[in-house]
Amino acid sequence: MDEKPRKRTHVGRSVTKNDSLALATAQERFTADYPLESPLHCAILYSPHAHAEITCLHTEEAEALPGVVDILSFQNVARILHTSAGQGYPEPSPYDAVLFDNRMRYVGDRVALVAAESLEIANQALRKIRVEYNVLEPLFDRQRAMDEGVPRLHGGEDHAKIPVAYEPEKNLAAEVQIAFGDLEEGFSQAEFIEENDYSLPAASHCALEPHAALAYIDERGRLVIISTTQVPFHTRRIVSKLIECPLHRIRVIKPRIGGGFGGKQEVILEPLVALVAWRNQRPARLVLSRREVFVSTRTRHAADLHMKTGAAKDGSITGLQMDCLLEAGAYGTHSLTVLSNVGAKVLPLFNKIENLRFHGRSVYTNLPVSGAYRGYGATQGYFAFNQQIDAVTRWAGQDMVEFCKRWHIREGETSGVFKALGEGKEGVSQVVHSCALSRCLDRGAQAIEWKKKRGKHLRVGEDKIKGVGLAVAMQGSGIPLIDMGAASMKMNEDGSFNLLVGATDIGTGSDTVLAQIAAEVLKIPIEKIIVLSSDTDLTPFDVGAYASSTTYVSGQAVKACAEKIADQILATAATLLETERENLVIESESVRDPKTERTVSYEEIATSATYNRDQYQIQAQASYTCEESPPPFIAQFAEVDVDTKTGRIEVLRFVSAADCGQPINPVLAEGQIEGAVVNGISYALWEEYRYDKDGRMTNPRFWDYKIFTARDTPEIQTILVHTEEPSGPFGAKSIGEVAINGPAPAIANAIYDAVGVRIRDLPITPEKVWRGLNNTEHNEASDSAPATDKNRPTRSERGNSP
Amino acid sequence: MTGSLHINGTELRASFRGNELLLDVLRNLGCTEVKEGCREGACGSCLVLLDGVLVNSCQVLAASALGREITTVKGLGTFHEPHPIQEAFVEAGAVQCGFCTPGMVLATFALLKKNPKPEEAEIRKALDGNLCRCTGYVKIIEAVKLAAERMAHHG
Repeated sequence: MDEKPRKRTHVGRSVTKNDSLALATAQERFTADYPLESPLHCAILYSPHAHAEITCLHTEEAEALPGVVDILSFQNVARILHTSAGQGYPEPSPYDAVLFDNRMRYVGDRVALVAAESLEIANQALRKIRVEYNVLEPLFDRQRAMDEGVPRLHGGEDHAKIPVAYEPEKNLAAEVQIAFGDLEEGFSQAEFIEENDYSLPAASHCALEPHAALAYIDERGRLVIISTTQVPFHTRRIVSKLIECPLHRIRVIKPRIGGGFGGKQEVILEPLVALVAWRNQRPARLVLSRREVFVSTRTRHAADLHMKTGAAKDGSITGLQMDCLLEAGAYGTHSLTVLSNVGAKVLPLFNKIENLRFHGRSVYTNLPVSGAYRGYGATQGYFAFNQQIDAVTRWAGQDMVEFCKRWHIREGETSGVFKALGEGKEGVSQVVHSCALSRCLDRGAQAIEWKKKRGKHLRVGEDKIKGVGLAVAMQGSGIPLIDMGAASMKMNEDGSFNLLVGATDIGTGSDTVLAQIAAEVLKIPIEKIIVLSSDTDLTPFDVGAYASSTTYVSGQAVKACAEKIADQILATAATLLETERENLVIESESVRDPKTERTVSYEEIATSATYNRDQYQIQAQASYTCEESPPPFIAQFAEVDVDTKTGRIEVLRFVSAADCGQPINPVLAEGQIEGAVVNGISYALWEEYRYDKDGRMTNPRFWDYKIFTARDTPEIQTILVHTEEPSGPFGAKSIGEVAINGPAPAIANAIYDAVGVRIRDLPITPEKVWRGLNNTEHNEASDSAPATDKNRPTRSERGNSP
Repeated sequence: MTGSLHINGTELRASFRGNELLLDVLRNLGCTEVKEGCREGACGSCLVLLDGVLVNSCQVLAASALGREITTVKGLGTFHEPHPIQEAFVEAGAVQCGFCTPGMVLATFALLKKNPKPEEAEIRKALDGNLCRCTGYVKIIEAVKLAAERMAHHG
């Protein structure tokens, strides 16, 4: 840690995660671990065609199989338009999906579900369902999605819930445009124009726990759902609507969750098990295989970006144009908001650019469904943005570290983009109150030995050349004026507390972080706070674990709640100490009157309040909606060795220096960064959805969709640079997402630094680097040489047309 | 078929089909500490020790485990008496979502049994069969080092 400016007892301490021992000894239960009494096992039949109409669906033979209890399909399930996106209501994602349709829009779309006495029988029954398809022409090329004469995926009753650009008749799932200043004038003032195309593939979250959902009917006939969800309250709302069961008759319980990263911010399985349980009045269970997770859940939005940057002689940017085409895939979940964030989370970072235009479109294709994924559009935007900045600084003969320090947004400053780009509507204007990006840049540069290595093309052995690269990024902390989190708390007679939060710990440690915030207010050991999170019957509302909101938004709710509890404790203590509460101070688990030096313990206070005098339950609740979304900032540095013979890239070290305000728990904050970094490096170098000519994913397994292991992971260094965010709980901002934005551009910039090869499409494979090396003399590379066209790699074929 | 499975020192009668995987049989017996992450031996979530040897239980037929000693993560330590490896994982901050943790702990156990003082490269190699998406492995590697140190001091 950089420095510790304020004396705090619990905040800023790396206490161990309150569920970690139970997890390490495997006492905790994940969704699939819950026993159900003679459940119906569910299995799903998926479309083998990317685009087709079901002309005939014969389930009779399957139904006749002993042990088959129910079969769901478009023939017997109500057609209710919705979005599976687990967002606030009304959702900014288009209502373009039904639970079961007779139109198939991608390989992996849902045809039918079988519920049977065993999984074996259910799978056997799937094979007995006969489906006749009228195969339609598919659309795989997102670039052509809006052309005349290409297939259309949606139309008819599909609609947007809020007034946004949505034109299914053009395959347009979302469109966003903002402009400031005069872009053409800006470019005409430029001495240098850098104009490039960038491309990023779809990717899987790869949370180790596959999606799963259970449902059962409780003793009083209510429906209980246990599921791998990041959004329990949204799940309750969406399930209620889809199975036409009143919301008050549904309870959603979030157990331990085996990672989410956005992949579980979707309501996919819950309506299915709910429907089976509700129709049959029996427990139901549905656990996806890894293959099903790859093919039928959600992906990061594949993206094409076109960037044009104009710069004056001194490097100042005279104009910046960012055009983005996102691939929604078959359904438009999160397509508008991810798209907005491509601009909204990137463009404010260099807020002095006067002439600016962002135009983005999300389009439908007959490929797997995109959704929320850690970084949420910012990852796509920063991949392009940071390479553009690298190129501009090289052209201007400036050091990228110093350039970023000069141009990034500063405390007390704002950007028009904050207001212009929101989540489905206009954004919220805000001033940055905390920003240590310059310090992050200095600390990171020092750690990676920037000056010693940058532009030096150091040789390592015969064939390898070293390079270092930088990327900067910001994110947000919650969605302003939309996200709400709530907490309630009560005091037990031994002086302990129950803390109930809607906030959804999916492995992030938010249960612990929120307990630390409460402990800081109440000055009690963290062990005395019993946390229960995310049970729609027991805990108050929270939007859930997304948009980097938990620490900042839910944390403020917990802080406000604990302060109300403190008020009640002081009031009771005043009675017991026969004084006015203004005279009292809260200390370690007790209240003291400094004048008389009399103290009364929490246990005495709680016992008195519970049993002895003016009895009442010491308890409180509080909600919080953020009015702004303070960005965390990060500077990320990659050191790579590039093998000039083979194009092989070895990332040797990766340094992140991050400003997340006051980290409530530094080890957990580091863990968020480290996990995001390795996910980001893995995406930069290896990960992509590959498709055959029919739009079928060809690598839906960990053997073929490789993610980094401990052996692949380079030396990771994480530096937390301290600031105090005045609007955050004890100075905190978010840290969950920002660190995934830098790895790909930092590595791409490092490769350029080493050998002068620009890779603008992910993943950065040895083949692409080799091709780049063999189109150019790598000794051309120097700090001031801009990327020329001949440095550009041949753009690889789209994955879906091999 | 029916037979006895020796799990964490306890003998359990189980009946299963000849082609059933050890992973499924263990989970059906209530050993849900054995996690299913991929079902094709690529992620290490379902690791168990079979006669002391680390195996992915999704790659082993239950029938082949009859009469052999199966150790799951619960056989190493409990909530009240955790194994030093489990304690090290907790203290190093190596447990985020915890889904990969049982496999990681068992892989660490197998490593330290063979090699009580592993170099970092040896640790990384030993954990190569275990995927984790939360931690970036940084604190997991720290946990293994911490466990090795502790176990060396305390036998």
